[in-house]
Amino acid sequence: MAEKFINKKDFISNLPKIYGTYTGGFLIFIILMAIAEQAGMDAKTIGILFVAFTVAIYALIGWISRTVQVDAYYVAGRQVPTVFNGMATAADWMSGASFVAMAGGIYFGGYTYMAFLVGWTGGYVLVSSLMAPYLRKFGCYTVPDFIGTRYGGNGARFMAVVVLTLASFTYVTAQINATGTIASRALGIPFELGVWVGLVSILLCSMLGGMRAVTWTQVAQYIVLIIAYLIPVFWISNKNGFGFFPHLMLADEVARLNDLEATFGLVKNAAADIKAAGVPGGLKSISVPHSDVPAGGMAAWKFISLAICMMVGTASLPHILMRYFTTPSVKAARKSVAWSLFFIALLYTSAPMLATLSKISLLDPNLPTGLIGKPIAEIMQIEWVNAWINVKQAFIADFNGDGVLQLNEWFMRGDVVVLATPEVAGLPYVISGLVAAGGMAAAMSTADGLILAIANALSHDIYYKIVDPKADVRKRLLVARALLIVIGAAGAYIASMRITSILGAVAWAFDFAMSGLFFPLVLGIWWKRATRAGAVAGMVAGLGSGTAYLIYVGPKFMAQTPWLGIDHLRFGIIGASVCLVVMVVVSLMTEEPDSATQKMVDEVRVPSGKTILGKAH
Amino acid sequence: MSNKERHWEKTKGLMMLTLAIWFVFSIVIFMFGESLNNGSFLGYPLAYYMCAQGSIVIFVVLIFWFANRQEKIDEEFGFAERGEDE
Repeated sequence: MAEKFINKKDFISNLPKIYGTYTGGFLIFIILMAIAEQAGMDAKTIGILFVAFTVAIYALIGWISRTVQVDAYYVAGRQVPTVFNGMATAADWMSGASFVAMAGGIYFGGYTYMAFLVGWTGGYVLVSSLMAPYLRKFGCYTVPDFIGTRYGGNGARFMAVVVLTLASFTYVTAQINATGTIASRALGIPFELGVWVGLVSILLCSMLGGMRAVTWTQVAQYIVLIIAYLIPVFWISNKNGFGFFPHLMLADEVARLNDLEATFGLVKNAAADIKAAGVPGGLKSISVPHSDVPAGGMAAWKFISLAICMMVGTASLPHILMRYFTTPSVKAARKSVAWSLFFIALLYTSAPMLATLSKISLLDPNLPTGLIGKPIAEIMQIEWVNAWINVKQAFIADFNGDGVLQLNEWFMRGDVVVLATPEVAGLPYVISGLVAAGGMAAAMSTADGLILAIANALSHDIYYKIVDPKADVRKRLLVARALLIVIGAAGAYIASMRITSILGAVAWAFDFAMSGLFFPLVLGIWWKRATRAGAVAGMVAGLGSGTAYLIYVGPKFMAQTPWLGIDHLRFGIIGASVCLVVMVVVSLMTEEPDSATQKMVDEVRVPSGKTILGKAH
Repeated sequence: MSNKERHWEKTKGLMMLTLAIWFVFSIVIFMFGESLNNGSFLGYPLAYYMCAQGSIVIFVVLIFWFANRQEKIDEEFGFAERGEDE
């Protein structure tokens, strides 16, 4: 019955009503929790209820969206309207890291860190102008599906799957890790168990309905995460009188931070001092200006090169590109990219504001919440300071032994900025519960998109297209679901071993993707002369050289001096450049693609007419 | 030149224009971040403002503009999709 319901045109036209009701219901739930808090419900129960309630709703949506059809499973039946696909993409895109760590990154990194903001938004211009509409016209189920059909042959398809898997898996363990952290904190269970609880929640959303289920849960998750991010930002800003609309009104606070930095002095602690004081790992003190641009050409190049890697990486990440396969038309795919970035921008433009609010609250001695310059004994009496120090998320090291807190003596983990700011600013606990639910939504939605991208590529491109092309629909979907579980379990297992730190930064996923996939995708559409040999050689050389360079400069590997400031976060610049050169040279050396392929490229370039690949392929 | 070729020429032109604007606001302005920060917008230092909000807002507007322009081009040459609504 549910199957029929979700297939009907009615369902699509009723979407605004359905999600409107859902949003209203969620707001009522928040109010009920606030009332319960006033009535004396304890913080722990509120946290549990927030996470349990939202996850139960996602699971319900996942169950309603179950399907036994191939095109519903892989591309949500290609009926997702532009605005809703925009919301789903935004949730797919904004990971636990964006939600929890981004404001913290800006808090510690200031202007320099904001290269990530430019990179993670500017990439969508590339997605819309170079990629999404053409891939939609192609009618593929997965990104390797395009590579495999455009260039022909299993070699190209296989290499594309390799790049996809490497990039997405690097990313997914971090997401499962984040769901585990939040689940363990909110539910009060050990981290190792929290990871598996997180995984089960993730799989509940995707197992039965594939892309269709993930789409409708991601929309629901976006609504939760954006409410959870924006309420504290506006509340804190208004409560402390910083301005009614923080985005437009925090200029004074930014200027004030500049003055405070000058007064307090920005000191970079020596590594030996930090070690001697026993500062727990991962905690940092502020040593970089908030809004000042660091001097010199090298600093500018580091900003730009990081932005380039993140932008080009964005346009090559398969779990994002595949969201645009689900729109009803090419036109809708283009519009949908615009809506995606709009919904992403709502959170990304708020992150610097949250960082500013959080920093001014802690630094400004004129504010009751200010810590710097106060006696340490007095600070240790503050409840939230104590709580976070106890769980090793904050630390005080009195380097000069004067008993007064200096700026360089206050250590904190970046995540605390989002997780603790409501508490620091004295908001009721219900807001902290809301933030936990938002973080969970952000991490779950990204994990779902990533696991699905890997499982779909393996089931469609490896199993169906290469291993067993005669497999029937039932068998294909069975394999797809089995792979979801296997990949999810592998990610959760690695996350539960707490070795994610050696798996590297989220930025690596972008660098891997751009090294191997960007040019084969772009040139496949924009350059008819690109050949199979060129694409395969480009992917192998790009991924190979990028990875080799990563091992050469990676601080945990050979740790050699980076060339021209291209460090381990930026190795995609090497990989993608090598990929481009090799692909062009080899393409020109080999015979030009046959006329059928050239005709196919011509067809991809116009929106009208049938897709290249049929509805069931 | 056939209809298809002319359509592709115009599409390419729009792509290049879009990417040129993108290039300015994602890369070029941040080459001059230091001097840019002497200016201000809404009271914020300009380079700080551009990466916190300015460029992001410009990207959103740019993609909407691009999508509309491309639709016009497709219609002009008769390549717009028919019979499929949003």
